[in-house]
Amino acid sequence: MSETTSSSSAAADRLVIGGREFGSRFILGSGKYSMRLIEAAVRDAGAEMVTLAVRRANTREQESILDFIPQGVTLLPNTSGARNADEAVRIARLARELGCGDFVKVEIMRDTKYLLPDNQETIRATERLAGEGFIVMPYMYPDLTAARDLVSAGAATIMPLASPIGSNKGLATRDFIQMLIDEISLPIIVDAGIGRPSQACEAMEMGAAAIMANTALATAGDLHAMARAFRLAIEAGRAAYLAGLGRVLTRGGDSSDPLTGFLRD
Amino acid sequence: MDNQYFVDSEFLSPAALAKKHRLESDPSSRTDIFAYLPGMERLESEVCGQVMERVRAYDASRWTARDVRLALSHDTCSVEDLEALLSPAAEPFLEEMAAKARTVTARHFGNTVYLFTPLYIANHCENYCVYCGFNCYNHIRRMRLTMEQIEHEMQVIAATGMEEILLLTGESHAQSSVQYIGDACRLARKYFRMVGLEVYPMNTDDYRFLRECGADYVTVFQETYDTDRYEQLHLAGHKRVWPYRFDAQERALRGGMRGVAFSALLGLADFRRDALATALHAYFLQRKYPAAEISLSCPRLRPIVNNERISPLDVSERKLCQVLCAYRLFLPFAGITVSSRESAAFRDGIVRIAATKVSAGVSTGIGDHESKYSGQASQEPEGDEQFEINDARSYAGMYGDLSRRGLQPVVNDYVYV
Repeated sequence: MSETTSSSSAAADRLVIGGREFGSRFILGSGKYSMRLIEAAVRDAGAEMVTLAVRRANTREQESILDFIPQGVTLLPNTSGARNADEAVRIARLARELGCGDFVKVEIMRDTKYLLPDNQETIRATERLAGEGFIVMPYMYPDLTAARDLVSAGAATIMPLASPIGSNKGLATRDFIQMLIDEISLPIIVDAGIGRPSQACEAMEMGAAAIMANTALATAGDLHAMARAFRLAIEAGRAAYLAGLGRVLTRGGDSSDPLTGFLRD
Repeated sequence: MDNQYFVDSEFLSPAALAKKHRLESDPSSRTDIFAYLPGMERLESEVCGQVMERVRAYDASRWTARDVRLALSHDTCSVEDLEALLSPAAEPFLEEMAAKARTVTARHFGNTVYLFTPLYIANHCENYCVYCGFNCYNHIRRMRLTMEQIEHEMQVIAATGMEEILLLTGESHAQSSVQYIGDACRLARKYFRMVGLEVYPMNTDDYRFLRECGADYVTVFQETYDTDRYEQLHLAGHKRVWPYRFDAQERALRGGMRGVAFSALLGLADFRRDALATALHAYFLQRKYPAAEISLSCPRLRPIVNNERISPLDVSERKLCQVLCAYRLFLPFAGITVSSRESAAFRDGIVRIAATKVSAGVSTGIGDHESKYSGQASQEPEGDEQFEINDARSYAGMYGDLSRRGLQPVVNDYVYV
């Protein structure tokens, strides 16, 4: 493939969420908050969408995280801290009042130890927020039935966890995420647990639409170098997915000789 | 019993002095610490049994270096691992424990450190806890702030930039009623994003009322989980009822509080056993209430007004650090608060390893924030302090010091919904 063809197909390969187009498929999560991290994610990882924990943005502090979001970057406020759908809805409305726009990542957890999402409450919150005109991006445990309910509820994307948040353990739920990619027509954004660029690359090869990460960058030795590594890995994984993986890689390749060539009628 | 704690005051009446001496010297004059007082709610909770069974069986001397190495090699720290990490056998491994704790803290909290300040609104107390500056026999300036005075204190504190406040009182239902505390919470909600309480244990309905008034979390220090020692140190008052205090966090959660904090006052009894009990108390309660935000504190004894001899005894900084690393490895998700009882150097070091929350701009006196912050003598009366603080850094000083060390100070992490 010539360089020209490559760049023109890359230009056409846009991630579309709620009618907005993104050139980058890396989204910065909100877990480990630091101004340096946001800067590195935008500059070195190319992030065009940055998650913002409303509970932390809700501050009088002079050095507000809101001031560190560069122009042109879409804010994705999340509802972390919510323990049920009602709380998530209230936090989302507060985000709108703070001027964060219509995007919202629904995060509902009733577990402070593993921070696992509550799928049932997430479906309820998604339905209500979508009804209020929000572009809802629900964080969920990768369960196909729940994902279908989220689609019906009006979700704009589905965001399954790869492994427990902050664990850096990678694609522990790989097979279940693959089901979502195969069966759900919305963009599947892999969230939580991605610890290394290679894991991000693998999720992209599987057909994930984007990767959300935070801890993997926040805890890296060299933040900027790791941000660049993530960008490259995500781009490589996406390119491989678009190319169609070959036989060695098991998914999507074609056999060179038709197995049914012997049939005569 | 050692009497480093006993201090007589010339201001006590002969009858009061006689009662004090009788309480100190004659155990039969004291009430049963397991007997509930009228009005105290009794929970039929299994948590206390779960914790105390393990704690009573704990023999710190039986753990070996091999156990500690194994504990450090595990991904998930079991109760047995925690017991090894708290034992003397773990002392030579302090640097390794710190390294692992640092990684775990970073994984769960990144480089963030939360800031808060305590506000003492009253120091009247009906308890006789022999090590505490507020105890009812200690001759100190007593004070209960009016709502106007509380609001003034809050304005002074909020003007520094602080957004989380911890309201404290002495333990006096008469002088600082639930209604009084609730009124203070409502005021606090005007000036702060997050309101914590460190007041006397109360019933579920009281906690529910305070939650409606704006309180988010409740801290109760058990002081010591060694019931024999507790009996010798808490000689009179509501606080003497040990099991009612133990169940306070559970009642607070049932009352709708978002979070609860636990602590033993290290230095009162065998600190390893008390540290184990504190961690298990938090652990078992979180298992029962998975949505509860859990945090731990780790105060050591400090000198008080009229008694300079009180000290943390055998709990050195190294041992305190060991306890905190063990807490972090056992409860990776728990907040860990280190108060201004500890030195600036210790706090600067421990936030890089295990602690996630520090106080700043602290006064443990009553109504003295303006004079302390401005450095000018107050025209108004002020109440005496509960204990002497060690790290006197202001909010701005602490914020700057954390930032310079590459840490991210966080002043608020919560939306009250």
